Amino acid sequence: MFNVISNELLAENLHKMVISAPRVARARKPGQFVIVRLAPGEERIPLTIGDADAQAGTITLFIQAIGASTQKIVATPAGGALRDVAGPLGKETHIANWGRVACVGGGVGTAVLFPLVKALAGAGNRITTIIGGRSSRYIILADELAPLSERLLVTTEDGTLGSTGFVTGPLQEMLADPERAPQAVFAVGPVPMMKAVAELTRPHGIETVVSLNPIMIDGTGMCGGCRVQIGGATKFACVDGPEFDAHLVDFDGLSDRLSSYRKEEAARHAATGCRLKEERR
Amino acid sequence: MNKLTPKERMAIERVVMPELPADERSRNFEEVNLGLSENQAFEEARRCLQCKNRACVAGCPVGVSIPEFIDALASDDLPRAANILRGDNALPAVCGRVCPQETQCEARCVRGVKGESVAIGFLERYVADWAMHHPDRLLRAELPPATGKKVAVVGCGPAGLTAAGELVRMGHGVTIFEALHDTGGVLRYGIPEFRLPKEIIDQEVAQLTELGVVIECNVIIGKTLTVAELREEYDAVFVANGAGLPIMLNIPGENLKGVYAANEFLTRVNLMEAGRRPESATPIIRSREVAVIGGGNTAMDCVRTARRLGAERAMIVYRRSEAEMPARVEEIKHAKEEGVEFVMLTAPLAVTATEDGWVAGLRCQMMELGPPDASGRRKPIPIPGSEFDLPAGVVVNAVGTNANPLLTATAPDLTLNKWGNIVADENGMTSIPGVFAGGDIVRGGATVILAMGDGKRAAAAIQEYLKGK
Repeated sequence: MFNVISNELLAENLHKMVISAPRVARARKPGQFVIVRLAPGEERIPLTIGDADAQAGTITLFIQAIGASTQKIVATPAGGALRDVAGPLGKETHIANWGRVACVGGGVGTAVLFPLVKALAGAGNRITTIIGGRSSRYIILADELAPLSERLLVTTEDGTLGSTGFVTGPLQEMLADPERAPQAVFAVGPVPMMKAVAELTRPHGIETVVSLNPIMIDGTGMCGGCRVQIGGATKFACVDGPEFDAHLVDFDGLSDRLSSYRKEEAARHAATGCRLKEERR
Repeated sequence: MNKLTPKERMAIERVVMPELPADERSRNFEEVNLGLSENQAFEEARRCLQCKNRACVAGCPVGVSIPEFIDALASDDLPRAANILRGDNALPAVCGRVCPQETQCEARCVRGVKGESVAIGFLERYVADWAMHHPDRLLRAELPPATGKKVAVVGCGPAGLTAAGELVRMGHGVTIFEALHDTGGVLRYGIPEFRLPKEIIDQEVAQLTELGVVIECNVIIGKTLTVAELREEYDAVFVANGAGLPIMLNIPGENLKGVYAANEFLTRVNLMEAGRRPESATPIIRSREVAVIGGGNTAMDCVRTARRLGAERAMIVYRRSEAEMPARVEEIKHAKEEGVEFVMLTAPLAVTATEDGWVAGLRCQMMELGPPDASGRRKPIPIPGSEFDLPAGVVVNAVGTNANPLLTATAPDLTLNKWGNIVADENGMTSIPGVFAGGDIVRGGATVILAMGDGKRAAAAIQEYLKGK
């Protein structure tokens, strides 16, 4: 059992949970994730480790409760416990000092982006963070990201916060300005967003890293469910990723495989009263 | 009591295992083999000639004292039979169900020369099941005094459980680290309920924890902790972390929706209970037509599972003929009885797609058998112009797995072979002093019982190693 130390509601459906997991906290590097299973009979859900405190033996998870399983996980109060937390899994982020870096987060992808921004800032990068969502309700972690970033830009599709439009807007402006163009870009969010970012940076030859979220079960390379095509080769996101060179990723294939259980999930969400569509870490 | 003449023993015919009727069982996940009755077991035990040279024992990878436990059974002394069996084998109820006895102990049985061998596997299962149901009548295992030595076992599958059972009986402190959330390794995620009920695994594991074995789930050695860290805290380490990444077919369409690697398909159903329990949160894609590629036990497990999930046409697609199939005879027999189709001498060229990216079927090519290849089996050769389409809504790739890279990636001192498997000698000794290895991480894809044999030998070698410290 893994005790829940605290459980805070940061925004609608977004929880910050601090979990006691001393071994994971000690071994964890930015970019890695854990597999969480609330209780027997429940799904194994991959969740990015947002932060860790090796001294306290805790890890922080930012969880957007948009699926039946994540809703149950965030319903666990401080003092409660999660049955299974396994990790850290996946490869750590390659962190270097590129100079100027753009970090782009869409929706709950911003939670995955947070530990990368923290590590990149720690390595001395000057970071422009661009986060976006459908409306202000979906903008998360702005307060946490602001002190780590040289600039923090917010976009919403309905204009309820920041500039109206997509995260690709401000990124495009940066790329067009030689004074501001980044040497590296990190992007995490819905597949169409990551694909759009990859297409923007491709002509500039700027190193671009995305964190992928395919369907996953064991997280240790055993099942092969999380396979993605990278530069024409089959890779397993859990062992070879989850971060990959955005310019080599087959985003359409990823997007298609992510829809494998949409029918089943819709039925389950209907049963639990959840209206949102996609589950991601 | 067991005082028959050889002639009287020879006159008894081999028992037939009672089974659930095929049409009934192919709709549920209940165990197919029902187990022998007391009378059947007793009669079968009396068929054993009690030969002096014990050829059957030499055929058993863990060296079970087969004539001795059978004699105890034929003498109606089940506590003694159970004691002998459990002394040699940490998982007898598992072995009695999933071991390929027909190529091991039973293949060496003298009675098999002119007739049918003694049903050693059925008897093993009978005695093990009796022991589970009569814990009060078992002879208490006396543990030796604690040695104060600590051994870490990586992986809670057949090799790890066997090694742990041996080591704890030697008086060592044993901790098993398991990556998944539950025990048993491949016994739980790989082997379906209808062949090995989860309850059996639970009970075998409980016997070990009662002896003092500690099991820590959710610990991935290589990630959560490294081998070097284990080496600091423990006097010896046994690595049995099992098989790894699925081998891909490298044919077009392999990533379409509805294409599974065998491990994913089986893990969803076995470990996560998809399709088995209505309350399971894990989904599984079903289809009226399911094609499983491969000819081993894993392929049989997948195809029989697909049938139980409702496939009307559940097919094995294999590029050689039935004679070359590595699957156990019993699995093939059961699959056929349950209505599985065997599409032989057929190789998949591509997975075909529907308009919206789902599997439509397999584009196949017929093969013919040429001369034997490196594996000793006749090599399949494509027949030009023989391409055809096999409709299927789900395709399962059951051709095998590569070595697991997680542990070895953070253990640079561990010598690997060119396939990434750990190099170990016949005692399981690796290139790191005090670190032993066995099972699939050493052998590549093998069987439960070979993994158990590795666990048993490694435990003996660890005992020697610890004595020298």
